[in-house]
Amino acid sequence: MVATLPDRDTRSSRTRPALIDGDFHNELDSIKDLYPFLSRRWQEHIETHGVRGPQGATYPRFMDHREDARPPSGRVSGSEVGHSAKDYLDPYNVAHAMCIPLTPAGRQLNFDLDAALATAVNDWQIAEWLDPEPRLRASIAVSTENPPAAVAEIERVAHDKRFVQVQFGGRPQEPMGRRKYWPIYEAAAKHGLHIMSHAFGSYGNPITGAGWPSFYVEDHVGPAQSAQANVVSLVTEGVFDHFPTLKFISVENGFGWIPSLMWRMDAAWSLLKSEVPHLKRLPSEYVREHVYLTTQPVEEPHKPQQFVELLEQFGDMVDHLIFASDYPHWDSDDPDFALPNIVPEEIKAKIHFENGRKLYGL
Amino acid sequence: MIETQPTGGRGAATGQAVIDAAVHNEVPSTRALFPHLPDYWVEHVTNTMFKGPTEYYYPQNSPIAARPGSRPPADDVAAPINARTRAAAAAGPPPASTLGVVRDQVLDAAGVQAAILCSPYPVDSLHNPDAAVAFASAFNDWLIAEWLDKEPRLRASIVVPIQIPDLAVREIERVAGHPGFVQVALPVRTQHPLGSRIYHSVWEAIERHNLVAAVQFGGMPGNPPTPQGWPSYFYEEYVDMAGVFATQLTNIVSEGVFDRFPSLRVVLVEAGLTWLPAHMWRFDKEWKNLRRLIPWVKRPPSEYIREHVRLTIQPLDAPADDPKRLLQVVDHLGSEEMLLYASHFPRVHAADPERTLLRHLPESFARKIRSENARALYGL
Repeated sequence: MVATLPDRDTRSSRTRPALIDGDFHNELDSIKDLYPFLSRRWQEHIETHGVRGPQGATYPRFMDHREDARPPSGRVSGSEVGHSAKDYLDPYNVAHAMCIPLTPAGRQLNFDLDAALATAVNDWQIAEWLDPEPRLRASIAVSTENPPAAVAEIERVAHDKRFVQVQFGGRPQEPMGRRKYWPIYEAAAKHGLHIMSHAFGSYGNPITGAGWPSFYVEDHVGPAQSAQANVVSLVTEGVFDHFPTLKFISVENGFGWIPSLMWRMDAAWSLLKSEVPHLKRLPSEYVREHVYLTTQPVEEPHKPQQFVELLEQFGDMVDHLIFASDYPHWDSDDPDFALPNIVPEEIKAKIHFENGRKLYGL
Repeated sequence: MIETQPTGGRGAATGQAVIDAAVHNEVPSTRALFPHLPDYWVEHVTNTMFKGPTEYYYPQNSPIAARPGSRPPADDVAAPINARTRAAAAAGPPPASTLGVVRDQVLDAAGVQAAILCSPYPVDSLHNPDAAVAFASAFNDWLIAEWLDKEPRLRASIVVPIQIPDLAVREIERVAGHPGFVQVALPVRTQHPLGSRIYHSVWEAIERHNLVAAVQFGGMPGNPPTPQGWPSYFYEEYVDMAGVFATQLTNIVSEGVFDRFPSLRVVLVEAGLTWLPAHMWRFDKEWKNLRRLIPWVKRPPSEYIREHVRLTIQPLDAPADDPKRLLQVVDHLGSEEMLLYASHFPRVHAADPERTLLRHLPESFARKIRSENARALYGL
């Protein structure tokens, strides 16, 4: 939502229920924020050669971050932990928020630079976010396309239990269930970490199954389709049979598509299971056990009753919905208005707090 | 909310009027096209490794490719020159590859008044542009000679080399005058999204000739079917195809195709339908936020979709044991005009539309799906 928020001072943070936020962005003001955590060699490389991902694979964003979330210092919104705490965590009584750093780490064609950046991002998160603010948890930045480096980075930081998940982009180079990524899943499972995929990005493949679309609005509608292809791949490749404790969290992809996807997967499997005989159970059973979804951007039916019917279709998957604000991005959801009023309070309480508490062991 | 109706034995099986909006007929053999191919290509197919567009999107021996009895007897067709592998040859002639089989199993069923041929002939797989044109033209001429001119209950879709839009337009111009052609077949998987300005000349020709655009399951453009590249299994491609349909709709609406060509009608063939309401909710929300990027799109995308887009009824993805859920989703579509009954012969789907959906709907709504929506769309 772009609309200005109501005056937060009229609401008392002490009387409102606590919130757990599955998508809170800790931002870099610039890549120079990472220099204290990068060797001189990589600082000079970045100064001279820049960072370099697949070119022509991005759609310029509509707007940058919410202007009302900008710190008085003038730095980028969401780039100062103290200001984000005062501006968002305090007034909304956020008990815990999951930091998801959107940085050049994980997107570099130069694997050595990518690994150095991932390490720097994680050290930066510890020093600038987790140490000063005990309400925060974080996602481990890794070189997803270079699994040996990703595993080494997970091993380096996993002892710090404030890291709760390993971060993927929305559109990795291959569907997320492919064997290439299994070493990352093995390391995550070993340390009790979840796998989280945050929407957007491209590692060079066109961002639709029919080539490159034209407009940012398409990039912004499309994550629902990329997320589905990732869920289908994770289930079909047998990732959840091999790593039975692993949880997959889809972030910023919406969630209204999951009932239809589960029906489609089961119906197709009833005809094609001889191609995938390694799957021991109905595809939807793997989804119900292993897949979690954060809410933002919440699908908005024109009739609120249809939202209730959508949640009925979820059945017990309602326990796998985690509130997410996407603070401080332009399209972030306000906790007070994200879910329609018609949603029963006990379901809201699950989405706003209980489901996240259980998933992250908080 | 649609009230559940008492169950009863209505529908195609009991002789209600039916228009079958999608029958996927195949070429029995590239030899069948020889009378319609230039000598150069006949010689080429006869003497080189090139046998025409011989791949099938559905693996030919898989449980979904051919229902029992849909393959004609081997004696009825020429030797399978297009069966590149021993396995394909062993399976016998392709399913739905003779008019006799389609008459027996589709057209002569009780109540069937007409059927629309939606051929999956993959000329989009041919990177050689001259071959793509030659085989598209030969296929369309074969459709006229062997199907449309012999069977008045059939209508058909023009096969075009969509990878080269100018040549696709030329092929539409060449055959659109035949009254049997009521639509143009476009694969849902394309090199570029179909709303792209690259293709606007194709949309213009489709609208000018008062044809329907059938965006069909499948396509062989060579680029990957998901934003994350190639999945390992056909099962995944099959499930993920709904996402390709969704992104094509996003693009067609965002590019203003329906604003530029206001009488255009698009049918999504074998896309499924339960994914569409959530997609429209998301798309409308994003349009509210981002419509200044596409200022020609004057109304919520869902309004364009309800007005211009139709869907065949399969695969009817829904929980097997709970008709209420599917009725909710059909209600969420927000229109009784969008769904078209289709047998999708010879393909196999998990759900029986009569049992899973139609018998639970009010009769007036079920009648629209069985025949009236298609009758209005195709002017039958």
